[in-house]
Amino acid sequence: MAGMYSEKVMEHFAHPHNVGEMPDANAVGEVGNPKCGDIMRMYLKIENNMVVDAKFMTFGCGAAIATSSMATDLIKGKSIEECLKLTNKAVVEALDGLPPIKVHCSVLAEEAVKAALADYYRRQGIDPEPFVGKIETSCESCSAH
Amino acid sequence: MEDPKPGCLCRSPGISAYCDGKENTPMKLVYLDNAATTPCCPQALAAVNKALDGPCGNPSSHYSVGYEAKQLVDTGRAQVAKALNADPGEIFFTGCGSEADNWAVKGTAFKLAAQGKKHLITSAFEHHAILHSMAMLERIGFEVSYIKPDSEGYIHPEDVEAAIRPDTALISIMMANNEIGTIQPIKELAAVAHAHKIWFHTDAVQAVGAIPVDVKELGVDMLSLSGHKFNAPKGIGALYIRKGISPWNFLDGGGQESRRRAGTENVAGIAAIGAALEAATQNLPARMEHEQKLRDYVIDRVLKNIPQARLNGGRDKRLPGNANISFPGLEGETILLDLDMHGICASTGSACNSDSLDPSHVLLSIGLPEEIGHGSMRFTFGPQNTMQEAEYLCDTLEEIIPRRRAMSCMWLQSEGKARVFSLKGEKQ
Repeated sequence: MAGMYSEKVMEHFAHPHNVGEMPDANAVGEVGNPKCGDIMRMYLKIENNMVVDAKFMTFGCGAAIATSSMATDLIKGKSIEECLKLTNKAVVEALDGLPPIKVHCSVLAEEAVKAALADYYRRQGIDPEPFVGKIETSCESCSAH
Repeated sequence: MEDPKPGCLCRSPGISAYCDGKENTPMKLVYLDNAATTPCCPQALAAVNKALDGPCGNPSSHYSVGYEAKQLVDTGRAQVAKALNADPGEIFFTGCGSEADNWAVKGTAFKLAAQGKKHLITSAFEHHAILHSMAMLERIGFEVSYIKPDSEGYIHPEDVEAAIRPDTALISIMMANNEIGTIQPIKELAAVAHAHKIWFHTDAVQAVGAIPVDVKELGVDMLSLSGHKFNAPKGIGALYIRKGISPWNFLDGGGQESRRRAGTENVAGIAAIGAALEAATQNLPARMEHEQKLRDYVIDRVLKNIPQARLNGGRDKRLPGNANISFPGLEGETILLDLDMHGICASTGSACNSDSLDPSHVLLSIGLPEEIGHGSMRFTFGPQNTMQEAEYLCDTLEEIIPRRRAMSCMWLQSEGKARVFSLKGEKQ
């Protein structure tokens, strides 16, 4: 099993960064579906337009945990605008690649970030769609990738 | 991230948390996936060596080395026949268990289609060798009834009988399920089939070598088996076909296997499958007792010490070496990877390595919700496993399951510890 993953993925799986709940988060997003076996919940603390902290809780396979870990690493300390530009491809590259059947996990990580940012806009009374776009229901996005 | 300890031989470098801390100690491999395949036993290895050491004649050739090869094939056939209480003329060697299943199902369907019989009955939780053979027949006009097992993983003969039609050609129900290890009432099922003059086949790939299998006692017409499940090498299987039953050939060509299965015989494989099955059968009661002791230890300890763990499949009529346990809140691949880093080999019912997003069809067929199916693990014990290994498995599970559950939003939610969220944000 371990053989299908890069060393980087295994590192993030064995010792994931930014795991846990965040009671004082001001942006929370959850994507995925228990039927498909992947749910990611992302917590952000946003101050002065910057993501000052990010945490995650994930139900899913090794790749789901590793992509959650990497995505939170990639957005910490970044502005909202920079976070909105995070792509699943960037997560895959940062992990030194993912097997093709696991690429949907990186899509889920990108969506979890976007869902959290959408939640942030909503809490400010702002319609998130012009900034975040439509968040796909993840079952369909899985089969599309 | 700490560096790996010097001399650490973990197969995932850098995962120092998982080292036992002893320098230069190779991590011992604990193989608990004996339903997937088994290591070769000494008797099978000796038979392979004997068969491959020397001129290796063709059993069909009429000179000394040909006769020697034929002798090995005859011996292997006699050993397999004796273990199953069959006649040697009823044993036909194949390339694998899947070939035997394909032969029984398609060969029967093609043969009996000429009599207008175009309906087959099987169960919803067969191995894919049966299910995909049935699907192929459906594509060309046959009709198939799939009988659902109950929530404990058993097929009821009355459900099978209710599905019988005047044009039913074959009933094929597995003897023991490959994932949850439940043993089906084959004798009763065969009797139902015969009361309606229908051929009965059983896929006994998981049963042969693990529990007593007597074709006359069971009353089956055809039975599939696979060598590598009972310590013979991979690449050799067999189909038992009762005298008087004649499915169409699956592989046409030369006159091997009494003109029923063409292709030059896998002489070494046949010699090995005979030797391995003879050895397995001789030690069967002791082996069953040993495997059951390990299985029961693991089931009892895991269900006691790990909250919400559940055993899949009934416990009474179950393969002695099979424990299939769900760990709600987790996804199976996570557990698989953690176990692998501890040197433990097992398998999961999750969809993680398949193209589909659905968990195992077996677990869904007994009514397990998808999310619980994703968190299911199969541990299967063999004669080489020890109580120390069973204890090590439990120690490891008791360490990794709580650690991973603490990262899982599903687990926290099920525990009622977490706030509830909608798909796109927090519910107020």
